[in-house]
Amino acid sequence: MDKSALMKTANEVRKGIVTAVYNAKSGHPGGSLSAADIYTYLYFEEMNIDPKDPQKADRDRFVLSKGHTAPGLYSVLANRGYFPVEDLKTLRHTGSYLQGHPDMKHIPGVDMSSGSLGQGISAAVGMAASAKIFNEDFRVYALLGDGEIQEGQVWEAAMLAGHRKLDNLVVIVDNNNLQIDGPVSEVNSPYPIDKKFEAFNFHVINIDGNDFDQIDAAFKEARTVKGQPTAIVAKTLKGKGVSFMENQVGWHGSAPNDEQYATAMADLEKVGEAL
Amino acid sequence: MTDVKKIATRESYGNALADLGAKYDDVVVLDADLAAATKTGVFKKAFPERHIDCGIAECNMIGVAAGIATTGKVPFASSFAMFAAGRAFEQVRNSVGYPKLNVKIGATHAGISVGEDGATHQCNEDIALMRTIPGMVVVSPSDDVEAKAAVEAAYHHVGPVYLRFGRLAVPVINDRPDYKFELGKGVVLREGKDVTIIATGLPVANCLEAAKKLAADGIDAKVINIHTIKPLDEELVVAAAKETGKVVTVEEHSVIGGLGSSVCDVLSEQAPTKVLKIGINDTYGESGPATELVKKYGLDADSIYEKVKKFC
Repeated sequence: MDKSALMKTANEVRKGIVTAVYNAKSGHPGGSLSAADIYTYLYFEEMNIDPKDPQKADRDRFVLSKGHTAPGLYSVLANRGYFPVEDLKTLRHTGSYLQGHPDMKHIPGVDMSSGSLGQGISAAVGMAASAKIFNEDFRVYALLGDGEIQEGQVWEAAMLAGHRKLDNLVVIVDNNNLQIDGPVSEVNSPYPIDKKFEAFNFHVINIDGNDFDQIDAAFKEARTVKGQPTAIVAKTLKGKGVSFMENQVGWHGSAPNDEQYATAMADLEKVGEAL
Repeated sequence: MTDVKKIATRESYGNALADLGAKYDDVVVLDADLAAATKTGVFKKAFPERHIDCGIAECNMIGVAAGIATTGKVPFASSFAMFAAGRAFEQVRNSVGYPKLNVKIGATHAGISVGEDGATHQCNEDIALMRTIPGMVVVSPSDDVEAKAAVEAAYHHVGPVYLRFGRLAVPVINDRPDYKFELGKGVVLREGKDVTIIATGLPVANCLEAAKKLAADGIDAKVINIHTIKPLDEELVVAAAKETGKVVTVEEHSVIGGLGSSVCDVLSEQAPTKVLKIGINDTYGESGPATELVKKYGLDADSIYEKVKKFC
């Protein structure tokens, strides 16, 4: 998929995110929108997957360690053909399979249940370690929040990944700089993020996580790395694509009302037309 | 019982894993720097490529085990009960229980028989914690024979299993040709009509001894070994309660939330019966030789005998 197609797809993914959260009347749009380009690249370009056979044994795995941004994952899965885009409107509804946080038992394409921060990366390390032990060549991707890496378990997992030289593992940190209580740098600074992962024996790549050229180059570089896991520290804009949500901490975990929804969709339509 | 063979169930765990590893190439064993104590070193030596030492990071170990399970392999994550069930409770709940992953948790050093290490390492709450997790099977074997059978059964069961083992060597009581282990099925070790003693884990052997002493006093005690606390063999428990009219539960665990509570949950609904719960009475343990602590906390044969006699 070329850059222009990826950008158009990411814009569709963003519409799905806003629509899902609007219909749920709750959820986490900010961090879903910031990572929409990364989701899109992974599912439309990078990963060996088959929406018609979500459980195929040799598929690449994705773990959404920052599970609250499930609307982003669900929207990309729907747009990739795992389930109908229309179903995004059932997010968080009683009886819907689209749970507030990823549920591998009920959602096609979800490789690991997650949501309690810090836990997903451990599962990703387990998947990657298993591939190494049993000589399987699938790759494993884990997306973490920059607030999430305040959890100690993240570093327990990172230490083991570095120690076991899991070069089939790519950890992506969605560095949008905002968490519920404010800027991560003010709440409990995780910076410098790159140096920390380097210290845990990761190969680290710093990119603009909303720029497909840089995203593409980073994932290609990660494939060439041997004997080390890769961490991609992706600087992103929280709420990216929806004017009034951009870089606003208040949109971490709240849903747009009717008027805001109309504005958000108009913003995204405009972006889509320009592409 | 000096001439009876004694083996700690943690030894049985390590040996059973080594046997499993030889039979099934999808078994992976994880440790958190305690392989020497959990006895999984036997497996590590035989199958180093299938052993992952996570270092002192139990929460991560449980998550890693969950990830391995998603790839279709069968991980056994090993640590002390305090850390596997206590520290990593939420990881077990959210990363293993909720997605119903095929993870086996081998928790050694359960209960006060940890001994000299004292209260911080004596986990008397793990059964309570683990049995609240939907879908979790909770197993507490009483001796070497049962522990090995439990490990094999856990491998064949698809879904999460919590296996509870002890540090202290305990008498081998199930070494008989007709012994059969089935998850969820209690075992009647002694028939009796006056009272039913329902026990799990380390004190089971002591209950058999206590029953002999009670018999000498004319009290005929039925003894049931409950190796699977969840799912509980409700049918057996209810039938025994109706048969004997009195029930005593015995466990090396808090009287809150463990076997005693499980039995009371069932009986209060299906056959209200007077129950005496023998266990750790809402208190912490302490340092001391394991056998002395077992006596001090009332789980030796003499203490059980006295309490049951008074109850009857």
